[in-house]
Amino acid sequence: MKPIATTRSATGIPTGRLAVWWVMASEIVIFGGLLAAYVMHRLGHPEWSNQAIHTNTWLGALNTLVLLTSSLFAVLAHQAAEHGEGRKAARLLLATAGGALVFLVVKSFEWSHEIAAGYTLTSNTFWSFYYTAAGLHAVHVIAGLVIMLVVAADAAKNRELQRVELIGLYWHFVDIVWIFLFPLLYIAK
Amino acid sequence: MSASAPAGTDSSAPHGHPEEGFFRKYLWSTDHKIIAMQYLLTGMAMALIGGFTVYAFRMQVAFPGESVPGFGQVTPGAYNALVTSHGTVMIFWVAMPVLIAAFGNYLIPLMIGCDDMVFPRLNRLSYQIFLLSAVVFIATFFVDGGAFGGAWTAYPPLSTKPEYSLTPLGAPLWLIAVALEFVAFLIGGINFVTTVMNSRAPGMKMFDVPIVVWMIIAASILFMASIGPLIAGAMMMLMDQLAGTHFYDPTQGGDPVLWQHLFWFFGHPEVYVVLFPALGIVAEVITVFARKKLFAYKTVLYTAIGTCVLSFFVWAHHQFVAGIDPRMANVFSVTTLLISVPIAEMLFVFIATLYGGSIRLATPMLWALAFLVEFLLGGVTGIFLGASAADIYFHDTYFVVAHFHYTFFPIAFIAVFAGLTYWFPKMFGRMMNETLGKIHFWGTVIPFNFIFIPLFITGASGDHRRIYNYNHFPDLARPELQDLRVLATVALVVLLAFQLVFLVNFFWSMRKGRKAEANPWKANTLEWAAASPPPHGNFAELPTVYRGPYEYSVPDRPDDYWPQHMPG
Amino acid sequence: MTREPTVAEQSHPNYVKVWGVLVALLAVSVVGPMFEIKLVTLVTAFGVAILKAYLVARNFMHLHIERRYVTYLLVGMVALMLLLFAGVAPDVMKHEGHQWKNEAAQKVVRDAAPAAKVH
Repeated sequence: MKPIATTRSATGIPTGRLAVWWVMASEIVIFGGLLAAYVMHRLGHPEWSNQAIHTNTWLGALNTLVLLTSSLFAVLAHQAAEHGEGRKAARLLLATAGGALVFLVVKSFEWSHEIAAGYTLTSNTFWSFYYTAAGLHAVHVIAGLVIMLVVAADAAKNRELQRVELIGLYWHFVDIVWIFLFPLLYIAK
Repeated sequence: MSASAPAGTDSSAPHGHPEEGFFRKYLWSTDHKIIAMQYLLTGMAMALIGGFTVYAFRMQVAFPGESVPGFGQVTPGAYNALVTSHGTVMIFWVAMPVLIAAFGNYLIPLMIGCDDMVFPRLNRLSYQIFLLSAVVFIATFFVDGGAFGGAWTAYPPLSTKPEYSLTPLGAPLWLIAVALEFVAFLIGGINFVTTVMNSRAPGMKMFDVPIVVWMIIAASILFMASIGPLIAGAMMMLMDQLAGTHFYDPTQGGDPVLWQHLFWFFGHPEVYVVLFPALGIVAEVITVFARKKLFAYKTVLYTAIGTCVLSFFVWAHHQFVAGIDPRMANVFSVTTLLISVPIAEMLFVFIATLYGGSIRLATPMLWALAFLVEFLLGGVTGIFLGASAADIYFHDTYFVVAHFHYTFFPIAFIAVFAGLTYWFPKMFGRMMNETLGKIHFWGTVIPFNFIFIPLFITGASGDHRRIYNYNHFPDLARPELQDLRVLATVALVVLLAFQLVFLVNFFWSMRKGRKAEANPWKANTLEWAAASPPPHGNFAELPTVYRGPYEYSVPDRPDDYWPQHMPG
Repeated sequence: MTREPTVAEQSHPNYVKVWGVLVALLAVSVVGPMFEIKLVTLVTAFGVAILKAYLVARNFMHLHIERRYVTYLLVGMVALMLLLFAGVAPDVMKHEGHQWKNEAAQKVVRDAAPAAKVH
């Protein structure tokens, strides 16, 4: 049973969504700190472009496309949940989760090739940043995937439909982080 | 839900949900008050560890090479580990959990008039992660190589390379413990902020929220905004330690100064993270015991917000001797001197509140007044260190140590004692003993000054702070200062001994103290509208708010207080 | 439980159309570096990334109809990271060390030294 506190809304923003915005605020500074550190190192080491040349732009672009599309499914799921269509929302969330899965498969394919080619976590600090930043992002993808399946299971039974929007918001945030990682890690060569 | 708990044995619990066993009621509860108590008691237990470590290494400084009673011989490695643990424990496992988590959890729902936090299970998770972090931290003492000894700032390369730190397991475990603690407080902070934003009692507008709640929220937001880069930095450091990356190794394209920046970008706001709740507690106590409206409520609030913003612009004053860009040192000197203005303003506000009040010198008030005096000394000596030219001389001397203990001790102990003695009747339904309270007060404040005034003197005459045994360094030994070092250590032992008085008073009063009524101090805020102690769910009927929290001594009223929930 | 009309009920951007624009922008950012002009690459990589992030935040996260202070909060956090960058970059981007000499101070000392003797 939820306490009365959870149902109050003095700001006009439902409690769950308000909390997600704060989660996002705290995530921005985590990714921001890492990326700021990466950018200043990158600018201080022009020679790292000899390493960056070996990242695979096409796979990065493919993953961007996958995430953008899964974001679309997430927002459509939200729309369905708004109309009270739990089953449809659940199906769309599963499609989003499928996008997350494809993203991870592409990522592991890409990484195994790079590692096989000798570009490992410790071979150069550029690659350390590359694997750390993309790895931290991948952890967020995995977390989102798990939460999404839980929310979808509830939504299919028309329960806790407001959560469809919340996991969607998180997913768009993960998408935005990748939107910045893509040029930072793949295009800047 | 099944009661999978071991049989409930605690039948003497003051308020009853008899269907709940001991396990569900005290260990697995989602009640914000129980979680607050868990944080408080864990914090107190950790404070004992922090106190013991400082006892051991100060004895070594005062009586070098002699066996310390209760500890034994302090080796150089043990000395480093003790100093590091003292700093880490007192900040991350005492000040943070007690000031923010314990008081925040206890006070927020009660003071804004609702039945619990908005996410009770998340709240429980936050404590569990915190407890895990404490366990991991304590485990560092028992692994091969011993506990980490690279200071609480963990500068690389000392912290990243086992061949320097000599603690191949202690260092990563220490880092993991600290990182877990950050996660716990992030979860808790999001819960706090969301609760206060959304779940205030009907009628409670922004400026009807008690200052202590505002301050805890400001601290939570400040923590949330400053911790991110350090979480990223800790991740990078952990990979340097365990995976062989070189983020902080300048020979491989990394940079050790990066860690210092990431650390202090958090580390300086952290000072305000713990200071704000302390200031809030002091504000509550002063208004109640001066029977006077808080002077300039909105000014306090805006000053706090201004301090939050400014606190992000001062971090590099910790790095003046690290070889940072001198242009940056100029900027950070100026901002550091500037930030003393809002803090001084808050102290003025408290003094103005006292002016013309009808002051009752009960134990909580004594602590609150002591906070003003001692913290003022800490703040003023900070000006010396904020000026980069003076800092080059003072850096790494005992002057710095004395300065930040004059700020942190009032925050983490004096203000906490003010808060505990003030809210004790609400927490346990009984009054604490005043005589023991006053003995504990004087037995703490007097020795405290005898510890750190000598250290100001030794520091100002150049005593370096990271020396294990001065006899090993004849040119630094300064035998004429040894008496002051011994005086500080003796005062420390006296101070620690007097804490027993508090523990006796605390646990004795919990069981045997005089029964407290619902509002023993005649205060206005909403927590006093609930029973003492409040049952699960807090209020018999959720209150509605009609006025601000500080309407004391309003003319033409029979009483000198006017509770927030009373109509008319 | 009270459910107030959520943001998406008040306004519906055409989500598929937004997605189409995002994919087109992705194509731009991939094609950009092929011109091998540094400025073009910078704009198509980072300018487009900012634009994409804006589109996702505005239309998918519905920030345009959320309470204004949520946007301020998120933008404020990004601004803090710019502050971090500004404070840290001068050191980290020159990590072989500065070897600073305070020539201004040395000059003052030099100039003042004879003057001091006069008095």
